[in-house]
Amino acid sequence: MSIFVAEDIAMNFGGIRAVEGVSFAVEPGEVFSIIGPNGAGKTTIFNMISRIYTPSAGKLIFNGEDITDIPPHMIAARGIARTFQNIELFANATLLQNLLIGRHTFSQHGHSRVGLLAQIGFLPSVRRAEIAHREKAEEVIEFLGLQRYRDQLIANLPYGVRKVVELGRALCIEPKLLLLDEPSSGLNVEETEEMGYWIEDIKQDLGVTIIMVEHDMKLVHAVSDRVLALAGGRILALGTSTEVQNDPEVIRAYIGGAPTAEASP
Amino acid sequence: MIAPFKTRYEQDLVLAKTPATKIAYGLLLLVMAGIPLVLGEFYVGELGGLFIFAIAGVGLMLLTGYTGLVSLGNAAFLGIGAYTNAILLAHGVPFLVSLPCAGLLTAFFGVAIGIPTLRMSGLYLAIATLAFGSIIGTVLQKWDGLTGGFDGFAVQTPTILGLKVEGATGIYYAAFIVLVLVIWVALNILRSPLGRAMVAIRDSEISAQSMGINLAVTKVIVFGISAGITGLAGGLYAHYVRFLAPDSFDILLSIQLVTIVFIGGLGSIHGAIFGAAFMRLLPQAIAMVRDDLPFGLGRLPGLEPSLFGLILVLVIMFEPGGINGRWVKLKRYCKSYPLHRKPAARRQKSYAKSERLR
Repeated sequence: MSIFVAEDIAMNFGGIRAVEGVSFAVEPGEVFSIIGPNGAGKTTIFNMISRIYTPSAGKLIFNGEDITDIPPHMIAARGIARTFQNIELFANATLLQNLLIGRHTFSQHGHSRVGLLAQIGFLPSVRRAEIAHREKAEEVIEFLGLQRYRDQLIANLPYGVRKVVELGRALCIEPKLLLLDEPSSGLNVEETEEMGYWIEDIKQDLGVTIIMVEHDMKLVHAVSDRVLALAGGRILALGTSTEVQNDPEVIRAYIGGAPTAEASP
Repeated sequence: MIAPFKTRYEQDLVLAKTPATKIAYGLLLLVMAGIPLVLGEFYVGELGGLFIFAIAGVGLMLLTGYTGLVSLGNAAFLGIGAYTNAILLAHGVPFLVSLPCAGLLTAFFGVAIGIPTLRMSGLYLAIATLAFGSIIGTVLQKWDGLTGGFDGFAVQTPTILGLKVEGATGIYYAAFIVLVLVIWVALNILRSPLGRAMVAIRDSEISAQSMGINLAVTKVIVFGISAGITGLAGGLYAHYVRFLAPDSFDILLSIQLVTIVFIGGLGSIHGAIFGAAFMRLLPQAIAMVRDDLPFGLGRLPGLEPSLFGLILVLVIMFEPGGINGRWVKLKRYCKSYPLHRKPAARRQKSYAKSERLR
């Protein structure tokens, strides 16, 4: 059964149709990339899945459950984590605190729920929960090799490291589905390559399903099982990376015209 | 710099991370507890007032400094706390009950103002809380059956288990104990999930939400806690001034509270204390030099508020970290003395963000 299904979703901002009639299904354990020119509606789809936007039409189904109407803060509790295109870390907190915020959903709905009064008195229950969260955060730190930055403020970290921290914060949610919004934006060639390895590791070692929006075709080609190409809010093509890259519709959307004999002078 | 070697996760959860911190704060507590035995009545009274404003400062710090919600209506919370405490005392409720009640009722009002202003931030929130403040001010004036209106309300001397909490020393100790308790509560909150959620909301609402933080609930809780703490300060303030007048809880007092957290340094409990000390000591300092100022400057009306305004502007422009920011830099400078480097002390970004992507 598909882990995530989008059924005919649409998003209108006033008269602008950012996304229209998009349907796709993501299988468990795969890396599913969404590509498309600027304004194709990629990030809009992400914002709909993480419920920041409410779709104008259509349904979002995660693990067989309709999540179209649940509030945005409950998405994390379902096991969906995300990163942002322009890093949305908590800049004035340390790396460790950022990862611990990723554990927040467990202190609200999960196994280690702690009450308000217990927090005010910092009772032993809170202490125990904090240590459990810390252990989990340390696992993520080890997984991503972030030990040397543990106690540094995010504001003092280089951009490439922040990207990895954001990935780590998402992993702290213990997600089943991970949404990566342009994981390589702002990274140099080596860092992008490294990001590719992290994505592979997350898929293989942690068994997390990944939906990724990405512009770097090399990265997309390296890690994706399937690729969805969008333009103008509609689906152009869906298939393996090679299939999509050779699709005439996709080439037209990117270059403005198919490189055919009649188009050449 | 000597960093303690960490072997257990518990070490990151205790409040005093090193033995040196433990000793330093222990000594500070002892000295503060012993001050009334040494200093005269006037100074003890002034320090008591400082403590009360420090409590209110901590309350506003949680809201403004840590959650990024600016409130220009906290004087109203102070007023509600003060009147609740005074009225309950007048009806024969013991002080040990009336003061917590003042805090609780004010917390309730905090929640009540928190709910309608949930979707606001920055300037809009400031204006909404400002309006709330003036509504409460008007209620205190007009409901003269309960508050005595413009005639004012005389506050009874409280007793704890038959012991009169009287004079400067009594207020000093009452405020001191409440301040220590409030700081302990604030620090507990800050090292709990709630505290992290507050900081997350301040830095990025959109990703806080995606991390599973319920923005509405968290903001309302913080409003409640902040108002409750300010209400406790108000209850003590009633005893400090001994006679409540409705117009003493006006916009000027709110701005003083905001000034405390800004000058002290947003995003630190130290800052709230430093700010309160500054706010209470500056008028004394002005009074001392008033007669010696040239050109009759000392006789000018409005010297104090304009100085406060000037200092607030200068702090925001040149040291967004406030007094605490300076203090931290000074400590870092001393610790790394011969090896300090200038970039380490470069200006930090301010926490006071009003608008950003949501």
